[in-house]
Amino acid sequence: MNHYLLPDISEPGKTGCSLPALDVAPAESLPKELLREEFELPEVSEVEIVRYFTALSSLNYGVDSGFYPLGSCTMKYNPKWHEDVAGLPGFALVHPLQPVESVQGALQLMFELQDYLSEINGMDSTSLVPMAGAQGEFACLLMVKAFHQDRGDKNRNKIVIPDSSHGTNPASAVMCGFEVVTVPSDKEGNIDFNMLEAVMNEEVAALTLTMPNTLGLFDPQITEISQLVHERGALLGADGANLNALLGNVKYGDLGYDYVQLNLHKTFSTPHGGGGPGAGPVCVKTHLTDFLPSPLVTKDNGEYVFISPANSTGKLCDFYGNFGVMVKAYAYLRFLGAEGLKEVSNNAVLNANYIKEKLKKYYHLPYDRKCMHEVVFSGKSQMAKGVHTLDIAKRLMDFGFHPPTVYFPLNVQEAIMIEPTETESKETLDAYIQAMIDIAREAEENPEILHTSPHNTPVRRLDSVKAARQPELNWSMYMSSKKRETGTKETEL
Amino acid sequence: MAEFKKAPKEYKYTREHEWICTDGEKMGRIGISDYAQFHLGDVVFLDLPSPGTQVIQFSKMGEIESVKAVSDLFAPVSGRVLEINQTAIDHSAIVNQDPYGDGWLVRLELSNPDELDKLMDNDDYDKFVAVSSENA
Repeated sequence: MNHYLLPDISEPGKTGCSLPALDVAPAESLPKELLREEFELPEVSEVEIVRYFTALSSLNYGVDSGFYPLGSCTMKYNPKWHEDVAGLPGFALVHPLQPVESVQGALQLMFELQDYLSEINGMDSTSLVPMAGAQGEFACLLMVKAFHQDRGDKNRNKIVIPDSSHGTNPASAVMCGFEVVTVPSDKEGNIDFNMLEAVMNEEVAALTLTMPNTLGLFDPQITEISQLVHERGALLGADGANLNALLGNVKYGDLGYDYVQLNLHKTFSTPHGGGGPGAGPVCVKTHLTDFLPSPLVTKDNGEYVFISPANSTGKLCDFYGNFGVMVKAYAYLRFLGAEGLKEVSNNAVLNANYIKEKLKKYYHLPYDRKCMHEVVFSGKSQMAKGVHTLDIAKRLMDFGFHPPTVYFPLNVQEAIMIEPTETESKETLDAYIQAMIDIAREAEENPEILHTSPHNTPVRRLDSVKAARQPELNWSMYMSSKKRETGTKETEL
Repeated sequence: MAEFKKAPKEYKYTREHEWICTDGEKMGRIGISDYAQFHLGDVVFLDLPSPGTQVIQFSKMGEIESVKAVSDLFAPVSGRVLEINQTAIDHSAIVNQDPYGDGWLVRLELSNPDELDKLMDNDDYDKFVAVSSENA
């Protein structure tokens, strides 16, 4: 590992460039009290700084380096030319305070994107405003609240979620002042319908049901669920994190959903490793249109303009949301078209099922049925040898793969969730499958090699307890703890 | 299947994998089972009710955070919290190492000892764990 910082290789007088001699009088110096003497910039040569940053960059592993089975849930492969499109001056250089007459092209893009997203999801209108998925969920629940209150139904203070839900589902509900009611899954991995029926009373505002669910399973009872929820006066909402499984084939609106929150950065091509930016548009049926977050773009006498819906839940951010992300989503949709979009979900589902069939002999498959875009195994057969899912995940790194999501969803013991996405070739999938088979064999024959993995990575097994309790957040904390551990002097490091 | 420490005979258990061990008539120590600590993984933080708090049987009384997830801690019986295990708060690894002993979490005064009848004894709990492991 690159165990140094630039100041460590700094020598007085080393330089990466030579400035010409000053040919004007030096500017008057700042007042003395504003000058800092201890502020030292490292002095290094050009080649040293190139090597330093190249070495740092090589420590990364991303979707551009190799197979990355976290899938669209985290980040699927995003075609590079969408970056070029988003960088076009007409998009990249517009200012949010420009008069709308001067940015008609940008508004047209937003208008058409609203339309496409409504169409893809079988909804009637869309607000692009929310800045990411969790804010989109928050926006949806604000609308749910406003919808019930608007019709004088003021006692609906509960949101029902299945036990397989994403963590943001209960969190957003609580943020909005709702109480959360959790319903367990049945033996097939679907929401337990009888339990759902039992909790759906006049206090329930909505059911948040991810589709397909986090087990990667499509719930075949969805029509009955939708009927039940509506009969009891509640709304049905989708967390759209798993839209990659449905694109072009199934519409949330047709399934009976009243609203859905999307993640453009998951499904519609925006790199967002490192935390952003994202975009979390919300799409709704007509009865919720008036409550959408503001502003929306509409066409009035041939001009694109911003409007605010009649009973809008208001603004959720400055201006109009993350425009750059919208441009990439628009480019993605125009590039793929309706047919291409269908191929995305077809291939995503096919790839996940291919992995499922190839690996189910080696890893416990809690729900042995056709999956959608992701498959959830359990590491529990390996536990007999004292091997945990975490060990399997760490060992995968030695084979050059990024580990999949582990220990989620929470209702599967020792969960291993694999989402290959649509872009991976059969050869890549086969190589990954072979690595998983090799690891299953190692777990039988030589579990120690799993316990001590990874062996070939820049850093070895990390201490997750220490990372939570005594995190080392910068270089000097790391160095002083290293010093404490080894008892060495700083100069020896 | 992983082997778990046998549930101690004198303890009572909940379906949420907490145990209670009564000392004398109305006092009890509460902790989590070996099965619970195994599935949580390394415990990182404990959020326990402060002494004096009234807790209600089967209601949430705190949280346990492990390297995998944050889980709710439920009160096996109703009562008033007398003491929390500072050692477990400072050195959470003890909950993993000795869940039935030094890794206890809360000591409380039971407000209604009859509630103990709603809990499982050790044999029932061992069976319950065996079934949970099969189905999970």
